[in-house]
Amino acid sequence: MSIWLRRESRVIVQGMTGSEGRKHTQRMIYAGTNIVAGVTPGKGGMGKEFNDKVKKPVFDTVREAVNQVGADVSVIFVPASAARSAVLEAVDAEVPLIVVITEGIPVQDTLHVLAHARRKGVSRILGPNCPGLISPGRANVGIIPANITKHGPIGLVSKSGTLTYQLMFELKKIGFSTNVGIGGDPVVGTTHIDALAAFEEDPETRAICLIGEIGGDAEERAADFIRDHVSKPVVGYVAGFTAPEGRALGHAGAIVTGSSGTARAKREALEDAGVRVGRTPHETADLMRRVMRELG
Amino acid sequence: MDLYEYQARELFAAYGIPVPDAAVVRTPEDARAAARTLGGGTVAVKAQVKTGGRGKAGGIRLAANPAEAEERAAEIFDLEIRGHSVCSVMVARGVSIAREYYLSVLLDRGTGDYLVMLSAEGGVDIERLAAERPEALTRASVDPIDGLDAERSREIVEQAGLPAEARDGAADVLLRVWDLFVAEDATLVEINPLVSTGTGQVLALDAKVTLDDNARFRHPEHDALVDPCDVDPLEQKARARGLNYVKLDGQVGVIGNGAGLVMSTLDVVAWEGRRFGVRPANFLDIGGGASAEVMANALEIILEDPQVEVVLVNVFGGITACDLVANGILHAFTLLAERGTPITRPLVVRLDGNNADLGQEILDHLASTVTPGLIERVETMDGAARRAARLAAGDAAAGVDEDPPPGERDVVAAGEGWEI
Repeated sequence: MSIWLRRESRVIVQGMTGSEGRKHTQRMIYAGTNIVAGVTPGKGGMGKEFNDKVKKPVFDTVREAVNQVGADVSVIFVPASAARSAVLEAVDAEVPLIVVITEGIPVQDTLHVLAHARRKGVSRILGPNCPGLISPGRANVGIIPANITKHGPIGLVSKSGTLTYQLMFELKKIGFSTNVGIGGDPVVGTTHIDALAAFEEDPETRAICLIGEIGGDAEERAADFIRDHVSKPVVGYVAGFTAPEGRALGHAGAIVTGSSGTARAKREALEDAGVRVGRTPHETADLMRRVMRELG
Repeated sequence: MDLYEYQARELFAAYGIPVPDAAVVRTPEDARAAARTLGGGTVAVKAQVKTGGRGKAGGIRLAANPAEAEERAAEIFDLEIRGHSVCSVMVARGVSIAREYYLSVLLDRGTGDYLVMLSAEGGVDIERLAAERPEALTRASVDPIDGLDAERSREIVEQAGLPAEARDGAADVLLRVWDLFVAEDATLVEINPLVSTGTGQVLALDAKVTLDDNARFRHPEHDALVDPCDVDPLEQKARARGLNYVKLDGQVGVIGNGAGLVMSTLDVVAWEGRRFGVRPANFLDIGGGASAEVMANALEIILEDPQVEVVLVNVFGGITACDLVANGILHAFTLLAERGTPITRPLVVRLDGNNADLGQEILDHLASTVTPGLIERVETMDGAARRAARLAAGDAAAGVDEDPPPGERDVVAAGEGWEI
């Protein structure tokens, strides 16, 4: 098992005909993802060719794509200025999982679409500004490299794409059930807690790796959740101990404001909840290896 | 982008939020002239810096007349407030304050709603108030779709227990702040203090606004709010070249791919350099692409920082292939030599992930063709940070024993030895 994504998941790509959309659709197809269609307004009916004579239909709207080919996942690669309407369209078409890769979406647009999705109560939104999720060897939705690790018993949830890749690579001999990139924006649709809850339920996941970074209090809240609801061992890592106050480092959400959002507070909260926290990604991987040895 | 108080005040005025008359000036003489224009009476002279704690640092002073305004301004221009020099001061007409309040609108990152915070006690350290007496701070969430209307605004003001004579004014200000917040794509609007005067008028004595950089595409007018005085010249140059660079004040220049990995690299550098006083010099994320030009631009920016003793390149090839990154470094050497700024300070490089073998081959070849020691390749991120820290420390590191290799180091026990 894996969380949220199955080998059979039927995936549509919003923005498949753009350069990023095309490039990553090809990669997702190579990774075995069941891509069923693309959506680009104004380009419906054209179809899009990929390598090895693979052809995917293109529809004008998400609704059409869902009606014609059926879809339970949509992955969004449209530019930031078009993201709000693209996500709203997927929410209105009641796609159960919407993965928003797009970076640079105005945060008020994000709040609006997330509120809309909450009201409809049908869709989970992952992101925005996230690398997506992968169940290695089964399906890959987004931009996470598919060939640096294998399937296995670790569930990983992270704000950061490259730190996810780093840990996937370091722990490739053990492998992962699902790697979930929740994104580095100040407000995101799926939190560490959502992933922790799903990993706790997933029989295939035996241990959990949680990667956080400065900004907000998502890690602190995750720590509270772990204390009360997670029985599986959790290993953590937090980036940004050296971050200056008041400056966003790369991710819009990675900012220490006044005395809140510091890496230190997050690390302490996680440790208080029994999470073993590594000081570097490498040490975090070491901790996870120990956990796996202890589990036998 | 954080705005200066004077810029935020102008936005306030544009949305009909009452503010005191004021002018922004860049010399003490102009402060005197401004005070005269404002009627010659009492003025507040306020340092324009984008940091908190300005009042405590002596950056806000009252002056009874124009001559005094000039003196106070001269003193304020000489200040450095938490690392910020003072480029301009605002001279604002004095206001007779009856009571002070606190008002802000911001994102609630946890719930995905907006949050209005209002207190009948203003001019305070709001973090402290929230921690010590949370009951004195009304927190009202606002649904992103429904927004805030006059009725809800009034409710919040009443809930916060503002005195009767200030309620109409405060509710009106809140509504206008909300309009500004939405229309300008702000992520924070804060008024501390909001005051009521003896005559019952409610006005904003301070103005703090943070605008969403991601919304720039629909606010071309916000470009004019970037104050050249405020931006580090290297950061400005980096931005013009599309690089995400934040200047820090250490000795190890850092280039990496991905925000999280670069942040993590800074931490590891600081940790490895802790015994030598070595710190990271910057944050620089080259993102997914690592073309020769991007790499050359990144190296050029970092090497322009005279404090940088050594550059650490830490790339994990997830989507990017390491041979491309290595070729980027190779070409950057040529490009920078052609630009007349050849690389003379050492590079420590760690490449891992896709095509790592190919990338390492290219680097090893490059290392053999340049001055010995100019390029060092290290297998692991921790090891590379360690090597870079020792190189930057120079003689200071000579007498200090090496830590055991990172791979073999025992994992640190909880809470131990984290101070960096």
